[in-house]
Amino acid sequence: MIDKIILAGFGGQGVLFIGKILAYAGMLDGREVCWIPSYGPEMRGGTANCSVILSDKAINSTVLECADAGIVLNQPAYEKFMPFIKPGGVLVVNGSVVKADHCRADIRLVRVPAGELAAEAGNPGLANMVCLGALVNYLQTANLASIERSIDEVVGKKKPQLREANLQAVKLGMAGGKVNLLCANGLVAEAVL
Amino acid sequence: MKREMLKGNEAIGAAAIRSGCKLFFGYPITPSTEIIEYLAKHLPKAGGTVLQGEDEIASINMCYGAAATGARVMTASSSPGFSLKQEGISYLAAAELPVVVVNINRNGPGLGGLGPNQGDYFQCTKGGGHGDYRVIVLAPSRAQEMYDYTMSAFNLADRYRTPVVILADGMLGQTMEPVELRGQVTTLPEKNWAADGCLDREKRKIAMYNLTNEEGEATALRLQNKFSFIQDAEQRWENYCTEDAEYLLVGYGTCGRVAKSVVEEARRQGVKLGLIRPITLWPFPVKAFASLKQIKGILTVELNAGQMIEDVKLAVNCSVPVHLHNRLGGMLLSEQSILRKLAEVFHLEVTV
Amino acid sequence: MSLVPVLKRPKGLTEVPFHYCPGCTHGIIHRLIGEVLEELDIIGTTIGVAPVGCSGFMLDMLSCDMVGGPHGRAQAIATGIKRARPDRLVFTYQGDGDIAAIGTAHAIHVAARGENITSIMVNNAVFGMTGGQMAPTSLVGQKTTTSPYGRDVALAGPPINLPKTLAALEGAVYVASGSVDSPKNILLTKKMLKKAFRIQQEGLGFAFVSILSTCPSNWGMSPVDCLKWLRENMLPVYPVGEIKVAEEVKDL
Repeated sequence: MIDKIILAGFGGQGVLFIGKILAYAGMLDGREVCWIPSYGPEMRGGTANCSVILSDKAINSTVLECADAGIVLNQPAYEKFMPFIKPGGVLVVNGSVVKADHCRADIRLVRVPAGELAAEAGNPGLANMVCLGALVNYLQTANLASIERSIDEVVGKKKPQLREANLQAVKLGMAGGKVNLLCANGLVAEAVL
Repeated sequence: MKREMLKGNEAIGAAAIRSGCKLFFGYPITPSTEIIEYLAKHLPKAGGTVLQGEDEIASINMCYGAAATGARVMTASSSPGFSLKQEGISYLAAAELPVVVVNINRNGPGLGGLGPNQGDYFQCTKGGGHGDYRVIVLAPSRAQEMYDYTMSAFNLADRYRTPVVILADGMLGQTMEPVELRGQVTTLPEKNWAADGCLDREKRKIAMYNLTNEEGEATALRLQNKFSFIQDAEQRWENYCTEDAEYLLVGYGTCGRVAKSVVEEARRQGVKLGLIRPITLWPFPVKAFASLKQIKGILTVELNAGQMIEDVKLAVNCSVPVHLHNRLGGMLLSEQSILRKLAEVFHLEVTV
Repeated sequence: MSLVPVLKRPKGLTEVPFHYCPGCTHGIIHRLIGEVLEELDIIGTTIGVAPVGCSGFMLDMLSCDMVGGPHGRAQAIATGIKRARPDRLVFTYQGDGDIAAIGTAHAIHVAARGENITSIMVNNAVFGMTGGQMAPTSLVGQKTTTSPYGRDVALAGPPINLPKTLAALEGAVYVASGSVDSPKNILLTKKMLKKAFRIQQEGLGFAFVSILSTCPSNWGMSPVDCLKWLRENMLPVYPVGEIKVAEEVKDL
């Protein structure tokens, strides 16, 4: 089993952080893990992305031409990384920010009202965690239990008061994602799973 | 064993502490900065000192001073900063002082960019500074190796009284992976040459300077004998599916690990592909190629304009075709692109 | 009646004979350091650093452990030694062409950090080892092989007064300017050196002693004329005296 995941958004949206949560989830489950940041000068320009590989076997290639899944938190990331998802893969979109009205016909698009659900979880800054929750449904190598362990390790030790809100955001994301069925012409049509 | 999630750079710092390294002198530069940041946080707790030098030149010379007293010491930088350290490294080699120097390779020439690159291969393996000398160069390909090879680097430096370089591309420095923090050095080798004060012994002098050419030649020959010994004794590499290989990839660092994936995919498709991943870049693992008689062709995979390929050609004495597949300027080689190149140069039937 | 030696070789010096050019005053300064090492009983706990240049010959001439290094880098090396062995006394011995030119960055930062070492600058206003080229300390109008028409301020600027520069930095607790042109100044300079080492023994911060010296070979004068030239030309620019004595070291 292997998941190759790409995560992208504006700096400050917590892109690298959800990557870290995924990576720790893998490590605590005893899996092989790679967390690969994009660290070039573009980091200073406001966009951030990283990729995470979770695998049952040793990970060799860390150079991704395509990913099994992705989370995009803003419009530029949506446009830039949609082509990187492999056919049959899944792309989670922060529906509160991204206008996802067009999409490839060969991937699953999961829109989640991350801003609203994060507010519901008690912290509008947790849109990233909501999106992570929406993604967890589609991963082979991580589930809610492993994400919870990871939150305990990464958040719980330093800021225990934030543990519950983070976990709640993930749970809301798991329940609140909507898969869009696609029209032949590439335009997105709403459908409820 | 418990694993810690660490960036490759942090793994180097963690290994230094567990190697008994008590001093780190450095200067920030992307993409190596996490090394000094990690050590600034953790080394003082282990009874050590991190001092940020006024520049790279100061930092390498501070290492020179600390090493002269017999202490284990390290510095780290990235390409342009590593260039600035070259005079110091030449002096370290001449004065036979053990220092571990980390170069997290970004791209060049000049300022270049911050992206991963292997353009410092020549600089690291052929000397780098002035004069006839070599340094041992270790090339990790994953965070665990960043840790393990750093532990080795301190031992090699002390064993041979010579600077040892850890050369890794920026991708390895920045990628985070679980690392087992294994091994803990408790006793350091005795250094009966250190200049640490002549309280109960004869005065010692550390320097390499000869007033006559005859003395100069004698000193140079002694150094060269040491380098020859290292060249024979310390070649290290990893073989991957080489026993029956008809075609061979040669790559180190990030390219070396991507190449493993390529071997797996090619084997799945029935192509007898193998990999030699050099671990020591100097001494280059010439011995790795000695027993591979059935090889029809070699492809080196490098993030430079073709540097290691020269050593590969020398190693096989040009007895088989050796091709280069590379990217420049911070771009990476993917599994797919290597497969495509293999198919192209060796006319192989592979689907990408 | 038998002869009693009144001046012996100090224990701080080895048996290696000085092989400096005739009339060069490096030997006097070496002797002063040798005497200070002996008098403070610190030969076994001191590590000296000498870089490239005539000062590099010193490696064999002092009885304490010595480390040689690249041109200009003695203070960086000394920093490394001191950080590794804070219990040892560490000094650098550098020419003006070394510390005030290629090594300036280290001179400034060692002083700024208050690095607990002692630095000695031997100022003969030229690069001695390479054959008398212009140094940052060369005087206005001074003829050298790279200023054959005399140091031109419009071209090369005026000389650097390194002691004054370093005195401005908080971490430098003692800065003094000495000279070995006369018995009086030699004795005064020895006191400065001794104080600089005492400061380090007490862990009080960075101490710097500049010492005016002669270079008969490169100045192209007799040793006696050199001393006269030093007095008439260098002393007015680099006057002898303590430039900075911080409060905490006044009692030493």
